Formats: sequence, C-alpha cells, structure tokens
Amino acid sequence: MAKVSKKNSHKKKLMVSCGDPAISEGDQQLLYEDEEEEQGGMDRAEEETMSSEEDEGEDERKRQKLLEGIRSLGGKRKKALGERSEAAGQMSEFSVNPDGGPGKVQLSDLIGSLEKTPAVPAKSKKQLKNLQRSKKTIESPLSKQETERIQRHTAFQKAASEVSRWDGVITQNQRAEQLLFPLNRDPAGPRPVERLVVGWKARTPLEQEIFALLSANKQPLIDPILTPAEEASVKAMSLEEAKIRRAELQKARALQSYYEAKARRERKIKSKKYHKVQNKAKRKEFLKHFEEMVRMDPAVALQELNKMELARMQERMTLKHQNSSKWAKSKAIMAKYDEEARKAMQQQLEMNKELTQRLITPLNDDDDEEEEKEEAAADEADMLPDFVNNAVDGRDASNPWMKGKLSAEPAQQQLSDALTEAAQASVSEEEECQAGETEEEALLGEFNSRRKLHQAQESDAAGGVLPEEVTEDRAAAVESEASDSDDSCLLESPSISRGRENVLKETKATDHSERSALMEERLMRIRTVEDLELLPHEPSDEPSQPPTTKAPPSEEKHLSKRKKKGIELKEVLTKETKLIKVPFTPTVTDSEDPEAKIDQRGLIKEAFAGDDVISDFLKDKRRKEDEGKSKVIDLTLPGWGDWGGVGLKPPKRKRRRFRVKSAPPPPRKDQHLPSVIISEKRNTSVSLHQVHSLPFPFENHAQFESCIRSPLGRAWNTERTVKKVTKPRVVTQLGAIIDPMAEEELLKSNKKVVASS
Amino acid sequence: MKVKVLSRNPDDYVRETKHDIQRVPRNYDPSLHPFEVSREYTRALNATKLERVFAKPFLASLDGHRDGVNCLAKHPRSLSTLLSGSCDGEVKVWNLTKHECVRTLQAHEGFVRGMVVRYCGSSFFTIGDDKTIKHWKMEAPGYGEEEEPLNTILGKAVFTGLDHHQKSAVFATCSHQVDIWDEQRSTPIRSFTWGVDSFSSVRFNPVETELLGSCASDRSIVLYDMRESTPLKKVIMTMRTNTISWNPMEAYYFTCANEDYNLYTYDMRYLENPVKVHVDHVSAVLDVDYSPTGREFVSASFDKTIRIFPKDSASSREVYHTKRMQHVICVKWSADSKYVLSGSDEMNIRLWKANAAEKLGVLSPREKQAIHYSQKLKEKFQHHPQIKRIARHRHLPKVIHHQRNELRVMKEARRRKEMNVSKHSKPGSVPVVSEKEKHVVSVVK
Repeated sequence: MAKVSKKNSHKKKLMVSCGDPAISEGDQQLLYEDEEEEQGGMDRAEEETMSSEEDEGEDERKRQKLLEGIRSLGGKRKKALGERSEAAGQMSEFSVNPDGGPGKVQLSDLIGSLEKTPAVPAKSKKQLKNLQRSKKTIESPLSKQETERIQRHTAFQKAASEVSRWDGVITQNQRAEQLLFPLNRDPAGPRPVERLVVGWKARTPLEQEIFALLSANKQPLIDPILTPAEEASVKAMSLEEAKIRRAELQKARALQSYYEAKARRERKIKSKKYHKVQNKAKRKEFLKHFEEMVRMDPAVALQELNKMELARMQERMTLKHQNSSKWAKSKAIMAKYDEEARKAMQQQLEMNKELTQRLITPLNDDDDEEEEKEEAAADEADMLPDFVNNAVDGRDASNPWMKGKLSAEPAQQQLSDALTEAAQASVSEEEECQAGETEEEALLGEFNSRRKLHQAQESDAAGGVLPEEVTEDRAAAVESEASDSDDSCLLESPSISRGRENVLKETKATDHSERSALMEERLMRIRTVEDLELLPHEPSDEPSQPPTTKAPPSEEKHLSKRKKKGIELKEVLTKETKLIKVPFTPTVTDSEDPEAKIDQRGLIKEAFAGDDVISDFLKDKRRKEDEGKSKVIDLTLPGWGDWGGVGLKPPKRKRRRFRVKSAPPPPRKDQHLPSVIISEKRNTSVSLHQVHSLPFPFENHAQFESCIRSPLGRAWNTERTVKKVTKPRVVTQLGAIIDPMAEEELLKSNKKVVASS
Repeated sequence: MKVKVLSRNPDDYVRETKHDIQRVPRNYDPSLHPFEVSREYTRALNATKLERVFAKPFLASLDGHRDGVNCLAKHPRSLSTLLSGSCDGEVKVWNLTKHECVRTLQAHEGFVRGMVVRYCGSSFFTIGDDKTIKHWKMEAPGYGEEEEPLNTILGKAVFTGLDHHQKSAVFATCSHQVDIWDEQRSTPIRSFTWGVDSFSSVRFNPVETELLGSCASDRSIVLYDMRESTPLKKVIMTMRTNTISWNPMEAYYFTCANEDYNLYTYDMRYLENPVKVHVDHVSAVLDVDYSPTGREFVSASFDKTIRIFPKDSASSREVYHTKRMQHVICVKWSADSKYVLSGSDEMNIRLWKANAAEKLGVLSPREKQAIHYSQKLKEKFQHHPQIKRIARHRHLPKVIHHQRNELRVMKEARRRKEMNVSKHSKPGSVPVVSEKEKHVVSVVK
C-alpha cells in the first residue's frame, strides 16, 4: 500500500507542478513540506484507515481551496520567480540568472551593508564608494586575430630595426674597392707553441704549488702569453688602430721637427730685410686673424688686445723710435746724401708719431736687433699649430698639413681617380725612393709631391674640358662632311652623338646596353679560338625584334620620290640663290663678351665675301662622282706578240682588244639630292670593333673615351700603379672557409665610423 | 796614345746574389710605347677568347647513390667533406678531394628530406619521410659497432625542411608548421603556425641568427623571429616558392627560388616588391644557394641546368649543363667560394668550378698578376662589340635553347598585348605594372 500511496503522491506532485506553471519555487518547497507531512501522516495512518481513491480526490480539492484561501490573505500576488524550465549548468539556487533580468544585483546592494559595519576600514570604504561612482567599464579584450596581428606588427618592426643595423656595413662593402675574404683572417706567422699544446697539467706538488701561486697573482702561466691586463690592453687597441695611431704620432713628430728646423734656419738668416718682411707679413696675418677672432671669440680677442696694448706701452717706453738711438743719429747724418737713409728716417718718424698718439693699434716690434729676432724665432716655435702636439685628431679637412696619405683620402669617384692615378703613382714612387732619407727630407718631399698632385689635378681638370671640345669639334666636322668615315680609331664613336637625336633609337640602345650583361646562349660549342671567330656578329636579339622604326623612313622615301619630280639638280643650283639669313651656329663656344662675337661675325662675313661656296660645292660633288665612275683600263702590253721598241706603238686592233671597261658602280645615293654629298666609303672593318652606344655607367662619351684611353699595362705604368689599377675586386683565399658575417664586423665598422668622424 | 773603350760598371747590371730580383730598366716615355689603346684592345680580345676556350667548369661526378639525390649538406669546418641524402633514405659522406664515398648509412625509410650539419661540425641531423628527425655523429662507427643515430625524435607529420642555428644548439624543422627544437629536448620549444599550410623549406639567417624564413605551399614566404611567439610577416606570390637562401654577408637580403622559372631577391624589410627578379631558367627553380662571399648565388632548376647569378643582376652570368645531368634538385656553393656542387635526379653529385675559366691550384705571382691584368682589360673593353659577343657566348642544349626562344616569344607577345591595351584605353585607366610588381600578390601583416 505504501507503494501505491507513494505513487499517488508522486502523481500529485506532478499534477501540482504541471497544473500551475506559475507557481513559485518557494511555494514548491512549501508544497514539498506539505507532501512530506502528508506522507508521514499517511504512513502513520496506514493501518487504521483504508483510504480509498475517492477520499484522496476529495482531499485534493480541499487542499486546493485552502491554498487559495491562504493566497488571497496576502492581498497582492507574490512575485513570480524564475523557473527552471530546462537543464542549465549554471543555474544558481539563489535565483540569480546569468542573463541578469529583474534580479540583477547592483554593487550598491552589496556595499550598503558595509556602511554600518565598523570592522571594515574607512579606506576601503572610500575606495568602494569611488568605484561605485565611476561608471566606466573596461573594454572587452581584442579578438585573437587582432591581437596576433598587433603582436606580429611589433615583432616585425623590432626585427626590421635590428636588421637595419647592418646598413652601414653593407653599403661600405658595396662601395669598397676591394673585398678580402674570409673577413677575419688570422694574422700571419706561426702561433706560439703554448697555444697549440693544450691539456698539459701540473702533476708534481712543486709544480702545483708554483701554479697556484701564479694563478693567485694572475700571472701568466706560460711564459710568452700575456697577462690578462696586457691582453685587455691589446684587445682595446686593434692592430689597425695602433698602426693609425703610430702613423699619426710619427707624422706629428716629423712635423714638429720640421717646424723646429725651419725656425732654426730662419733664425740663422742674417738679412735684416728678410726679417723685416717676415715680421710685416706676420703682423698682417695676425691682423687678419685678429679681425676674425673679434667676430668669433671676443673674450680671447680682448686678451690679445690687452697684450698688444702692453707691447705698445713697452715700445713707447723704450724710446726706440725717438731718433735718439745710435742708428738714428747715423742715419740723420747720412740723410743729406742718401735717399734710402732719408726714407728710413721718415719711416722712423712716422712710427714715432704713431706710437705717441694714443691709439689702439696692434703693433709688433719691427726692430732689427738680434735679441728681438731670437724672440721672434722663439715665438714662432710657440706658434706651432696645436695639432703638432696633440697628434690625435688627424682628419681635419680644413687643415692642409693633415691631408697626407695617412688620413686615407676617401675614395674619390672612380673616373676622377683614374684621371689622377698617374699623378698619384708618381707620388707614391717618389715616396718609395725617399723612404731611406731623413724625416725632414721625407716631409719636404711629401709637400712637394702634394703640390705636384694638386698641379696634376688642376691640369687634369683643364684637360678634362679640352678633349670634350675637341670631340665636339670633331662631331661637328663629321656632321658637316656627312661622315667622311676615315676615323680609324677604335674608340671614336660618332654614332653616339648622332644616336642621341633619335629618341626611339636611344631607348633601343639603352635596352641593348642593359642586355649587355646577358649571356648569348646558342647551340654552338666553343672549343678553339677559331670557333670564336665563327660566332655571329650581330646580337641574336635584333632579328627577333620586329623593326618598329621602319615605317617613317619609307614614308620619307615616298615623299622624296614625289619631290624628285619637281627638283632638277642643275636648275636649282644654277638659279640665283635667295639670301636667307641664318644665324651662325657657334662651332666653338667662347667665353668672350657678345660684342666681340658680333665683331667676329662681321669679320667672317667680310673675309668670305668673295667666296662662291655653291660652285665650289658643285665642283666637289662632280669630282666625287667622276671618281666613282667606271673607268676604261688599258691592258695592252707594248711588244707583246709584236715588235717593240722606241717609237713603236701596239697596233690599233690590239689596243681595242685589251681595253677593258670596268662594271659601272651602283648608283650614288646622292644622285637626286642636289645639296648633299653622301660618301659611301665607310670602313666597316673598323666599325665592327667600335662601340656604338654609350655604355651604362658613363654619362658622356668624353668620360668613356678617357677611360678607354688610359692604359693599364706595365709598358705605360709603373709597377706600383699597375698593381693598384689591376687590383681584383674580390679576393678569396684558396682553401679558406668563408664564414658568414659576424657581429664583430658591425662593431668594426662602427669603430671606423667613429674614428673617421 | 789614348784608346777609347766602351766600359760599363758591372754594379749597374749584376745582381749581388742570385736571390735578388733582376733589374729591369724601363723607359716610360710614351713615344716609345705607341698605340696603347689598340694594343690593349687586342690583348683584351685575346684574353676573352682564351677565357672562353679554357672555360671547362665540370670537374668531377660523384656516383654511388642508388636513387636521386634529394639533399646536400656542406660541412662548416671541413672543405673536403660533403653529405648527401638520396630518395631511398641513404645518406653518404663524401671526400671531395679524393672523389670517393667515405661512409654510407641508411638513415630513413623513404626520402631523406633534409640534412644539416651542426655548426661545430661534429654531428649532423637528417629528416625523412618516416616522420623522424635523426641526429648522427660525424665520425663513422668503429669496427663492429652498429650504425646508430645519437638521438631519434618521432614527429607527428612528415618533416620537409631542416636547418640548424648558426651558433647555438637549436634547429628548425618544417612540416605543417615551423618548429624550433632544442637539441636536448624531444618536443619543439616553439612552433609557429599561420593559417593551414604545408611548408617546403626553412632557413635560418646566417647573420642575424635568430631570424628564419620559410616557404609554404600557399605560395607564401613567411618570416619568423625565434624569440617571438608569432611569425613576423608573410608575402604571397603568384606561384609557389621552393626554397629560400639568405645572403651570408648582407643580413636583410634573401633570394627565393620560384616555380615560375624566376628567382626573386627580397629585402626582408620591404616585402612589397622584390629588389631584383632573376630570369633565365626555362623551368621551375628548385634550389638556390648563396656564395659565401654573398656576391653571387647558384640556382638549380628542373630544366637540367645550373645557373650562376650575380646578386644584383637580372640575368645569369653562367650556365652549366651536361648531357647526362637530369633535373637538378639541390645545389650548394662550397665554403671557400671556389666550387659549386649539384645533386640531380640521375643519382650523381657533380662538382663544378664557380668560375669556369679559373685556373685552380697555387699560382705563381707572375701568373696571378697576368690574370688580374687580363681581368681588368676584359672589364675595360667589355662594351666593345667583338669582346662582348665572345664573352657572352654560351652553349645551350637544343631543348633548352628552343624553350628559351619560345618563352621569349611569349613574353614579347604578352608585352605587346599590354601595350596595345594601354594604347587603346583611356589614358591612365590601365596602370603600368612593372615586372617586379607583377609577381607579388599581397603582403600579409
């Protein structure tokens, strides 16, 4: 029975829950309690009452009524609470829905109670209040893709900047005249045995003791190896740096000695005039310098001024110029007769006047006395430029003394280099032969050579202009003569200048030069030198390209044909010519003033007033035509098959028989062109070897020609120059492994940059 | 009586010892040495001719593999050692001076996909189709010892590319992702993915050693930094890239061998356009390797040729081929920059000179000088048509020659069409796209 009742109760429960869906959870709980009670009651009453199904139905109804009654007591309906209608994982039992809803808990709800609790510190209360006041919400995090993109971007920026460190090294290597690989070559020469032998150990107690002592004092364990301190110092200054430094010091020393020698020499000179002039020059120089100093550095200038004032005061005090000295007296006696002496006196007086006037003028002693001279010499020694003593900063561009070899002139432009190379070569040669001489002489030699170099450069600069003019002239001549084509030189390329005119042609030419690096890949194999001769002469690309520029010439042809009818050569040229004034095109550009030009023009006009140019031209043309005409060649041999001798002529029959007429030449191209002579004698055998368009790195043909003209061989250059000129661009060592570039190169280049700046 | 006699001081012309250099009196008077340009031109012409006559680049062929050679690895410390892996999983170690195989080991089942020697040269890594990475000792095992790897790592997918870090015990592999491995661990310390691709090769930058580049089957080249958690950048090209190679002297340049017959040199900072497009091959380029001087690189192609390109030239300076050489799969430039090694389909490894006409061995100083002089002469007169014609001539097999001509025609036709299109459309509506821009689809950041 119990089972049955249980079942029933279940049913009831179901009914309740199904029947009233709006029923709240709280009520449900209540219901459960009721049911439990009921169940308990029923269990207890199990034996006594045999309850029937009808009874139950009645009970049910009563209960419903009761419940309704209770509900109606409250007046208003209770709030409907959220109901669990489907399985949700995060359903809270405190009726807080994940989707907010009416039961959303505000922060203020929670904090409200905090106000009253004394246990919470005031500070946190304040913080909480602040938190409550601020309405800001934190932004939702970016999506994964976006964050990754940002990360990638930053990472790439980092990597790119890191890689860009190598910019300097890379450009340096690209510009370098010669690259030596492997980059970090071991210094030549044998390595110490101690480095090669490893794994040796101290075994005996004595040895151990000694080594302990040595290591405690940081002494080198093996004799020739350096102490750590020494090694550090060696590392601090690399070989090249040390070399540079040494060279600088040497140079400074040489300069100093040179100055000293010069000063000594000058001091020994007895000529008073020399010293006078010298002093004057110095004063002038100083004045100039002083003006500059006033502008640049007023404080120092003031000091100098004071010094000068002091000197002047001393000068005034000495009464040197008062005409009271021995010298002055003697001069006064001589002044009557001697112009010179009078002049000297005058000067002296002027000087006196100047001195006695209260004027601030820089005045050095221009006395001729011995002590003074000595002083001057000493001054001179003092006035040695600072760098002589410093000798550290050797790269001062403004300083003419420091422009020597050691400061390693930056790589000039290659072409200008090529121009000056000869000069440099001579310099270097001189240097070489002077190596054995004294420092002073070496220095003098260096100065000489530098001067020479300057001269050479200047002359080169002049020379650079000259050939251009010449070639221009030549080009003009070529154009006027319509290419007489006897230019046998390999390099002359008149077509360069001509090619410029035609844009299409030019673009094609550049194309061609671009392609010059291409290999010409063919089916033919080369095995011998003879094979090379068989290579096709024209580049293979040209036939494949359709002749795009053909059309206009054909059109021109048509035109000329049409025109041909109208023009009759003889008529045109024998008619009286109309004078058309065309300004003369200057063949040679002269830098003279325009008036002179006009004058010259007039002069030329005058000079050629009587010339009949046209008839000359016609004669010329006729001669050319006649030359080309077929000639009759007489091949008769007097005395052949006949009697011969003085006065005997071969018979007429034979003469006729052996007279041969050569084939007529092809018609001349200028046949129908009245005012043109076209020469067809171009030497094709030479043109095969000529360059027809300006190759890429060159900007004008003068440049190219000068490059070709300078020979490289040892018949024309000194040994040293040849070596320098034929230096290969990349040098690798046989059997040496070339490692990739390492960080150290970066440091090295940085050091170089620092040193040069 | 006075007798006049010619007399010379022997000091002027006799050497003190026989080890002294002979004194050569010279007169540099230019009138004594006329026609300098013509004479030098003739010399240059002769030098060029001789260069072509002496251009015999092929040195040796190393045979012994029983399947196509799939990968090569050079030894970082020894010039005479070369490793090669073939398609049957065999790895051979060669002695190049003797032209003989020193050691053979069956490393994998299936292809040996990649091989790299550790930077110290004491051991090497191989990857294969059996999804394993194996670490081998460089020395051959002693007598009676088994040929066994030091370490074997079993991966999840087939590895397709392998490279080792320049200085530390880290290597990288690629399969469906790029993994960075520590030699001591059996799981990758880092793996990079970016979309779903399969990668074909991965290479460490030899200068900036933490950077890597890889090429994927989605036609992209992806750059990585080993220290970062994400890849850096990706450039997608019109066709698939097979291999990339970093310039060992210029940190930010790399060259990639592409399926579209071209090679592209990129500056890694500006991936939008390649710095140079290297054309000349007539089939897919399979491998590329830089010369250790960083001035040239060699490429191997499916068209059975090897070409050498100067790094900043669009066309090759040299093409190598032999009758029996089939598709060249891998190529390496030797560490002293004098030789080129190629492994091809028909099981042979070939040794070539990097400069075809170079005389090998130790040269006497005079020889050296003469070579330098003639080199400079050739350079000086390189623009003269005769010299250019001879210097440029190369023999090509018929097939390749025809293919090249065909490609030229196609290219010309395409160009003509483009020109016509732009000519007959509104000015400005058809943009002019340069050759460099044509091959890059997009750069993904």
